[in-house]
Amino acid sequence: MQTIDLTETGLRETNKMLHAQAANTNQTVWTIENAKGAHAIACGLDAPIEVTVKGSTGYYCGGMNQQATINIHGSAGPGTGENIMSGKIVIEGDASQYLGATGHGGLIVVKGNASSRCGISMKGVNIVVQGNIGHMSAFMGQSGNLVVCGDAGDALGDSCYEARFFVRGKVKSLGADCEKKEMRPEHIAILTELLAEAGFDAKPEEFTRYGSARKLYNFDVDNAAAY
Amino acid sequence: MCGIVGLFLKDKALEPKLGEMLTAMLITMTDRGPDSAGIAIYGAETKGRAKMTVQSDTPETAFAGLDKALTKVIGGTVKMTVKSTHAVLDIPEGTAPAVRAALDGIDASIRVMSRGSSLEIYKEVGLPKDVAERFGIAKMSGTHGIGHTRMATESAVTTMGAHPYNTGDDQCLVHNGSLSNHNNLRRTLRREGILIETENDTEVGAAYITWQMQNGATLGEALTSSLDDLDGFFTFVVGTKDGLGVVRDPIACKPAVMAETDQYVAFGSEYRALVNLPGIENARVWEPEPATVYFWNHDTSPTSSEKAA
Repeated sequence: MQTIDLTETGLRETNKMLHAQAANTNQTVWTIENAKGAHAIACGLDAPIEVTVKGSTGYYCGGMNQQATINIHGSAGPGTGENIMSGKIVIEGDASQYLGATGHGGLIVVKGNASSRCGISMKGVNIVVQGNIGHMSAFMGQSGNLVVCGDAGDALGDSCYEARFFVRGKVKSLGADCEKKEMRPEHIAILTELLAEAGFDAKPEEFTRYGSARKLYNFDVDNAAAY
Repeated sequence: MCGIVGLFLKDKALEPKLGEMLTAMLITMTDRGPDSAGIAIYGAETKGRAKMTVQSDTPETAFAGLDKALTKVIGGTVKMTVKSTHAVLDIPEGTAPAVRAALDGIDASIRVMSRGSSLEIYKEVGLPKDVAERFGIAKMSGTHGIGHTRMATESAVTTMGAHPYNTGDDQCLVHNGSLSNHNNLRRTLRREGILIETENDTEVGAAYITWQMQNGATLGEALTSSLDDLDGFFTFVVGTKDGLGVVRDPIACKPAVMAETDQYVAFGSEYRALVNLPGIENARVWEPEPATVYFWNHDTSPTSSEKAA
């Protein structure tokens, strides 16, 4: 196992070492100590390695991730996992605003709560939150799944496209063009798999599915006067 | 951007270190704004006396004999401690309006930074480390304080554009964000007779709170109504004689992290600002909710935190 003390090694050097790992690397397990809220830790990784960050992180930890698994042993700052392509990010604590923004793939797991704008403009990423999420989550979500074991804040899924939202608790309010949907067997199957992958013991039947009413994203001639 | 910090001490043993802790927190936030920096410290008060912190770009001439001149005009003893471009005037309680009027007569280039019984505000153009060093902030003791490092957006980079803003006796405010209706609100408040000295948006926010409280609102009420009347982005941290308040606009784009232990309540624009506080590993760390007013003060039991509104 490789251990890096972030205060000694510095951010650029640390990320450079992680970027140097190829698909067939022998150094597959890394620990980063003394995160102390630093920004951009383990950003842009592209190798099947596992990185554990000790402590809370600042902006954009694990951003643009491909293949790697990143464990954050603390809380995560704004924009964690932004534009994630593949791989997995597991946050032991809470996540700040715009978690997994514009993410194309992979999985983000939050064991605490996530703040506002969770999964904003999600394009295929799966996000599973054990606690609650804040307002404006999944705004303009295009694809992927957002699973919330607790409650969702105001304006969930505003102006969403084809992303799916599964919420077990209450939704404070739905955003424009977001509506409650029927839970069909294929949705139960997706949810069962995501909950298992996240390691959360919740019953898929207890969740409600929400998604796009598909009224906003096609041009409607009745609205022509508004342009 | 802008970086803001706040520290409210519950443990008296930490009071001699308030300036040092707050300075370190603010220096960590330097990346968020290099234009100007300022710190407000609530220190000791003396019965029957009040404080006024004043500033001049030409302190050698402006402050020479100022204490004697003021003593003569207001008819009570005025003592003065000069720190770089600032001077703390120790004045008889209740004479702040008279001192302010006298200052205008003596030297119109002298600007008032703060007034109150325990509050002192120090702010200048420059980086947090330089501003803090110039005024010896790290050596100051106190019960609570707030700080700001500025990335200017709405007005010029000047001392008067720096935060914190004094909003009334022993009250001050720092702001991360930008207000979009400040021009209109400035006109309204000036018509109401509120003194607004610059084109800065935050000064209007501060003046708004002053005006609300002059009309009988409590600080909690003034902050709550700011959610309706101020348009734009804001995370405000406010200081009062007794405590510290926090409010974020309903959209809450501007970051805010808080930490609480038995020893303190701390605020930072980022978690980084809090990492060197004692016992942070075991602190309760959270983000304040949008459109919610929080307040901590010394009058209530030391471990309680409550929503002021």
